[in-house]
Amino acid sequence: MSESLRPLAKVAISLTVNGKLQTVHACPMERLLDVLRNELGLTGTKEGCGEGECGSCSVLLDGTLVNSCLIPVLQANGVSIVTIEGLASDGRLQVLQQSFLDCGGAQCGICTPGMILASVHLLNKKPQPTLENIREGLSGNLCRCTGYMQIFEAVAQAARQGAAT
Amino acid sequence: MKNTPIVGTSVPRMEGRDKVTGHSRYVDDMVLPGMLYGATVRSRIPRGKIRKITFAPAIDWNEFVIVSARDIPGKNCIALIEDDQPCLADGIVNHPEEPLLLLAHPDRHLLPKAVEAVSIEYDPLPAIFTMEESEAQSQIIWGADNIFKSYLIEKGDVDGVWQNADHIVEAEYTTGAQEQLYIENNGMIASFDQQQGLTVWGSLQCPYYVHKALMKLFNLPAGRVRVVQMETGGAFGGKEEYPSMIAAHAALLAMKSDKPVKIIYDRMEDMAATTKRHPSRTRHRTAVAKDGRILAGEIDFTIDGGAYKTLSPVVLSRGAIHAGGPYYWPSVRIRAKAVATNAPPHGAFRGFGAPQSLFALERHMDRIAQVVGLSPAEIRRRNFLKPGQTTTTGQTVNEAIDLGKLLDRALELSEYDSKKNKFAQKNQQGSRKKGVGIAAFLHGAGFTGSGERFLGSVVGVEACPNGSLRILVSSTEFGQGTNTALCQIAAEALSLRYEDVAIAQPDTHEVPNSGPTVASRTVMVVGKLVQSAALGIKNTLTASGLLSDPYTPEEFRAACRSYIAKHGKFRSLAQYEQPEGVFWDDEKYRGEAYAAFAWAVYVAEVTVDLTTYSVSIDDFVALQEIGRVLHPVLAKGQIIGGVAQGIGFALYEKVIWEQGCMQNGQMTNYIMPTSADVPPIRVYFEELGNVHGAFGAKGIGELPMDGPAPAIVNAVEDALGVPFHSIPLLPEDIFAALTDRETPETVSTSPRGNE
Repeated sequence: MSESLRPLAKVAISLTVNGKLQTVHACPMERLLDVLRNELGLTGTKEGCGEGECGSCSVLLDGTLVNSCLIPVLQANGVSIVTIEGLASDGRLQVLQQSFLDCGGAQCGICTPGMILASVHLLNKKPQPTLENIREGLSGNLCRCTGYMQIFEAVAQAARQGAAT
Repeated sequence: MKNTPIVGTSVPRMEGRDKVTGHSRYVDDMVLPGMLYGATVRSRIPRGKIRKITFAPAIDWNEFVIVSARDIPGKNCIALIEDDQPCLADGIVNHPEEPLLLLAHPDRHLLPKAVEAVSIEYDPLPAIFTMEESEAQSQIIWGADNIFKSYLIEKGDVDGVWQNADHIVEAEYTTGAQEQLYIENNGMIASFDQQQGLTVWGSLQCPYYVHKALMKLFNLPAGRVRVVQMETGGAFGGKEEYPSMIAAHAALLAMKSDKPVKIIYDRMEDMAATTKRHPSRTRHRTAVAKDGRILAGEIDFTIDGGAYKTLSPVVLSRGAIHAGGPYYWPSVRIRAKAVATNAPPHGAFRGFGAPQSLFALERHMDRIAQVVGLSPAEIRRRNFLKPGQTTTTGQTVNEAIDLGKLLDRALELSEYDSKKNKFAQKNQQGSRKKGVGIAAFLHGAGFTGSGERFLGSVVGVEACPNGSLRILVSSTEFGQGTNTALCQIAAEALSLRYEDVAIAQPDTHEVPNSGPTVASRTVMVVGKLVQSAALGIKNTLTASGLLSDPYTPEEFRAACRSYIAKHGKFRSLAQYEQPEGVFWDDEKYRGEAYAAFAWAVYVAEVTVDLTTYSVSIDDFVALQEIGRVLHPVLAKGQIIGGVAQGIGFALYEKVIWEQGCMQNGQMTNYIMPTSADVPPIRVYFEELGNVHGAFGAKGIGELPMDGPAPAIVNAVEDALGVPFHSIPLLPEDIFAALTDRETPETVSTSPRGNE
């Protein structure tokens, strides 16, 4: 391989993903997004822009909403990550997943995993959000299909059903 | 017996569960063993001859697969309407970002550096970038005259009217390019096998468009090319044509390397290189009577097609036919043309030419209202098409549509009159000016004119060995709800439950060609065929004595199983046949342009902040007649989503061009509406029904893209008293218009005066 193109050496990184401790070998500056998708096979986390604008790659990192395309995997050593695959349990949809389905919050589905994680994060902070809270809480996640209204409805419905608990 | 209706209810989205759990498989989620990654080396100039290509010595190029135009086995073109667009430029480039070479390597991280390490020397040729330059023909860059296509639509005696008109109202309106901005970038995987031929999996709208393009490029028979649609993360027209290009590129690399190859565009490449909405210019000259009645009009509609023909003739056609809107024109002449410039080809985007020509018309109606001295509502009311009257192409309105009533209801829902009065008073002071604006419009569903007849779409419904049903169509799901609506239609047609029907993944080896997934045709045209094919299954079962009415879903399944046990494979096909009495003249562009029109009146309420010059939308009423609503949640979602894209078209989304090249190909600097920007969008339906569509449905997908821009810009004029003729309308444009206006006023109040 050409020397000028050779990537850096890999290091071992340990992190908890959806409750399970994982050790991956990756280049330190590799994006958390790529490690989740390519090393761990968690392809529910999507790439939309690769520069932290669209929010499609949103995951929860120690409970904080982050764009996984902006996180070097080294920074994820020792943290706990929740991806869309970590929400449903025993085949049962999490309340927000069900409300997105009921209210038409998912159309093409590509922003949906990130949008649902942003909603989880919002309801954890504000279990009974106002419409303004919802608009603001989701403003880092772009959706081109829905025009957002039905996503707002989905979050409001989930809040009424106590999704945050 | 099943008593619960399915059509008209909001059943769960067919593939919804996979979408909310992250289990849906999009093309980038798919990995094949030994797969390489592909990248594209593109032109960096708008027009020129390629003199020399140099590969930087720092890289060991033996590690890379390199494909050029010489590696193409068949014809070097992306077959669509005309074969003028090369798959890889050969000796000459006609726009920035034109594909020149392809590279593949097992490590995708190496590709961007390798693409940078290919340097191309050109002998530049003079290039043109505007419609005006193209029309002036100082440089001929396409054909004999830079014109891809022109149409003339004529009705009545246009020339005899002007002398007797009370008013002649003239103006020019323009719209900018708009990026579809699906959140999933374009992508394809290709694999080639001597036995099976070529297979591609990808993010796409029209499997058989890709199939046709690959057959020609590789000189392969139909059976040796297979196209499979993966879950597709938004399209909006943006994945109608360009996927053929990417599939071709992945396939060329796969064939040369003998390995599967994946090409996934990054955002900047997707935005700069793939198609956008055609920029447009519309000139109106309208003869109007004292009472506001339109007597005649001349409409000159021009679109910028970019460097190759691609879909421009069809976009132009729809734009031209919609240019007269929902009004009665006793006489009209519409001249339309698509011209060439040295920009990447513009293409399909929701609305397909109609949002452009309808923006112009609906702004122009407000202008006419001012000249005549009527309100925007009244000028529209006096000119609405009525049943029995004819459209600009001479199509008689056969349905019982009452546009006056639709307008009244929209005005009432939006409290238009009281707001207009209240705002006029309040705007006297303060720096926040408010206004309301109306747009009335229509959108034709299905292919234009003879299009559906030429397509002759075929649909299949198959009974599976376990007795369940599977719909076989090449019509694709990319968020609109194709899967759900078609399954609803089949289940309802057969009195089955929604869960008794499934839909096959679009795969050209499995499904017949039900036509492209475009033109708001899927539910209306394909849905009707699904209904027929589904009834074909039932008829076969009853004719063979295996089933009799009434039956339970279980009895239906059992009958299917018995039939399959006896006869084997059990499929019912249905093919489109044009309804009798439908007439269309492709030469004169006259006749029944569309099997059905959806009709709408939208009302926008805006605030313009004179500190920041930004426009915010406070309320939006979207009222439409779309025939029967098959799925209320999906239908509402289509309208709201379309309105949001229309808001972007009007107020935010501006492509910055330099030498034919997009300069702001990032979500950071090309701004689409966020959750904080959209107003409350209030959606209302009127349901008249429609004889052509399944269970009375009409097309719905594109309609909501047409109305928001003119309604919003009309509202901005209402707020400020200043007309705007171009979109996108950014704060700096408003600032410039208001400052320009204030300058002469300042002069006129000086002691000397000037008026």
